[in-house]
Amino acid sequence: RLPSKFGGKYTVTLVPGDGIGKEVADSVKEIFESLKVPVQWEQYDVSGETTGGDELFQQAMESLKRNKVGLKGILYTPIDQTGHNSWNVAMRQTLDIYASVVVCKSLPGFPTRHKDVDFAIIRENTEGEYSGLEHQSFPGVVESLKVSTRAKAERIARFAFDFAIKNDRKKVTCVHKANIMKLGDGLFLNTCKRVAEEEYGHTGIKFDSMIVDNTAMQLVSRPQQFDVMVMPNLYGNIVSNIGAALVGGPGVVPGCNFGREYALFEPGCRHVGKDIMGANKANPSAMILSSTMMLRHLGLESQANVIAAAVYDVIQEGKVRTADMRGSSSTSDFTKAVLDKVM
Amino acid sequence: STVTSTFNGKKGADGNYLVTLIPGDGIGPEIAESVKKIFAAAKRAQPYLGGVEGIESVERESGKEGVAAHSRDEKAPISWEEVDVTPILKDGKTVIPDRAIESVKKNTVALKGPLATPIGKGHVSLNLTLRRTFSLFANVRPCVSIQGFKTPYDNVNTVLIRENTEGEYSGIEHEIVDGVVQSIKLITYEASERVARYAFHYASENGRNKVTAVHKANIMKMSDGMFLTACRAVAKDYPNIAYDEDLLDRVCLRIAQDPSPYADRVMVMPNLYGDILSDLSAGLIGGLGLTPSGNIGKDASIFEAVHGSAPDIEGKGLANPTALLLSSLMMLRHMGLNEFADKIEKAALTTIAEGKAITRDLGGKAGTKEYTDAILAKLAKL
Ligand SMILES: Nc1ncnc2c1ncn2[C@@H]1O[C@H](COP(=O)(O)OP(=O)(O)OP(=O)(O)O)[C@@H](O)[C@H]1O
Ligand SMILES: Nc1ncnc2c1ncn2[C@@H]1O[C@H](COP(=O)(O)OP(=O)(O)OP(=O)(O)O)[C@@H](O)[C@H]1O
Ligand SMILES: [Mg+2]
Ligand SMILES: [Mg+2]
Repeated sequence: RLPSKFGGKYTVTLVPGDGIGKEVADSVKEIFESLKVPVQWEQYDVSGETTGGDELFQQAMESLKRNKVGLKGILYTPIDQTGHNSWNVAMRQTLDIYASVVVCKSLPGFPTRHKDVDFAIIRENTEGEYSGLEHQSFPGVVESLKVSTRAKAERIARFAFDFAIKNDRKKVTCVHKANIMKLGDGLFLNTCKRVAEEEYGHTGIKFDSMIVDNTAMQLVSRPQQFDVMVMPNLYGNIVSNIGAALVGGPGVVPGCNFGREYALFEPGCRHVGKDIMGANKANPSAMILSSTMMLRHLGLESQANVIAAAVYDVIQEGKVRTADMRGSSSTSDFTKAVLDKVM
Repeated sequence: STVTSTFNGKKGADGNYLVTLIPGDGIGPEIAESVKKIFAAAKRAQPYLGGVEGIESVERESGKEGVAAHSRDEKAPISWEEVDVTPILKDGKTVIPDRAIESVKKNTVALKGPLATPIGKGHVSLNLTLRRTFSLFANVRPCVSIQGFKTPYDNVNTVLIRENTEGEYSGIEHEIVDGVVQSIKLITYEASERVARYAFHYASENGRNKVTAVHKANIMKMSDGMFLTACRAVAKDYPNIAYDEDLLDRVCLRIAQDPSPYADRVMVMPNLYGDILSDLSAGLIGGLGLTPSGNIGKDASIFEAVHGSAPDIEGKGLANPTALLLSSLMMLRHMGLNEFADKIEKAALTTIAEGKAITRDLGGKAGTKEYTDAILAKLAKL
């Protein structure tokens, strides 16, 4: 369902997030402003670092529910047990944005160890190991529940095939560990298989499957074999990070999360980037490219294309590159280079 | 010591340690044969009597083994006890033959080739059975770039230790209602503690001065949180080894970008993460054909090649024995026989680096025998 325009503008919720979030969100804001993109931001500077962020987080959620579309950076999650649960996960679960899409594609002009990488990761975003259901059944014994449901496997499988059709891709690979988790991952794998055969058999899109440990090995040795990959939550976390590493890192890979009602765009491999926070060093590409996916979602196709093309051009020319891409330019230099292209 | 896994076997009347050898299926017997030949030829380094260095090393060795090393002909002090682990039916259940179990129990060390797991006959995986029988709680996987075998990554030198008994592999699953399954990841303090302790032990024995626990405790706060609690507690007992923690996703990202910073440490982690990351690391150095592993247990330790039985090349004399050989070197080091391990390793790695007699999976033309002979020739000169 598409969000509506008011006064000629779309209202979009913006949660820059922790770490480098502000810097890269500023970069997007600047570009949108210069290009007069008809988007009005409702910005919430939520932080997972400080206590008492809950209220602002709730306000951001209300805003997202109103606007149906958001752009976000990554919120920090404490790892100690007394800290709050991941708000990133809470957002995805509350809004039921069940499908995460991350595309890992080699960037022209930026050679890495592997050539011609081009695959899409479709990740179930709302259940699995991220259920948050854990208990200590006896001192020193903890059980953590991984929940797998047929309904959610079905819809993510359909999403993957629809994505493949829409993007003219030829093969869907289900990544799993059904040899060990026979029931849980078995349900996921069998559901994908059934959807592939019964609902998409006529489309000519191939279906196969691969065990997750082998997938990790194949990704770093022959990543060209992958096209569309569909998988449960945790494996998606792993595969998207390996995938990002293959093409240039967390600074360049965009991503988004879709549900029936809402769409939330965020960098594809979800890192806070605390170590370079505030240093004007972050690569804003992943965030800018995520925002162009958002523009396409809003139907602002031409502006999306102009901005995305500018980002890829700047990268290809190689004169202005941030430290993560072996360059020495700052976040603002990069933003300026993109602006110079689009203006 | 609480490290139950520390080797404390005794030499037999012939002055050798008895080690169980499970050649396994498929190419197993061929690669096991190659390892046996190489062991038989590996001699202790000649004592260099003219210098302090040589004498010191002789003393260190003799201190460790209680045998003076005078003879320049002393062979690797290993005798093999070969056993067959083809499963048999006992009271309607498939089990490993008693003789094999007894042998491993008695010797506490075994070298094992690949086992084909029969599919669809109701067999439990043999590997799993072995793991359960001997409480093999830690799986150790070092991955080192092999010079002469080019991959996109050339500075790999990682060591990964995986908890091997619980976690996502608990096998506890149920369908609550139609279409809704719960799989339980079970983490106990006890199992976490013992694998953490082995990781620190391994680090201190192998010249690595850092242990990194890999986890996802931002999401699985209690289960992975307990794993971390155990690691932190053990870290206190090893003040000379640095300890830190890193998220699974970040490690995947960084290792696949550039593995070289991981060369200084040992990584330890719960079962599933270890499964995935160890295969990832194997991928960095060119796949399973070159990666050794050790299964460290309370009652015994079993060293094995990670690859399968490769039935397609069985009996053709084409198999590459390197992974099993490297596993046997891990075994020697586990037994404190580092000098022999270093020597064989040098012979094998220079043979591969020269590239004149390497097997087809590495891009060469040699068969198992030519490759083995080349290593033997190198050994004779060392
Ligand atoms: N947009 C970006 N541009 C450049 N580097 C990035 C970007 N995003 C993340 N990184 C880098 O990726 C790595 C992983 O990020 P991550 O956020 O996990 O690490 P961190 O900041 O050290 O820790 P934490 O997640 O606890 O904040 C870091 O080295 C970070 O600098
Ligand atoms: N040691 C080796 N030397 C040469 N080639 C190997 C070796 N190990 C594996 N291969 C090759 O890699 C392929 C996959 O190997 P793998 O050992 O996994 O076989 P497999 O058919 O899966 O056996 P299993 O079912 O017992 O695991 C084989 O077809 C084989 O040609
Ligand atoms: Mg595995
Ligand atoms: Mg196999």
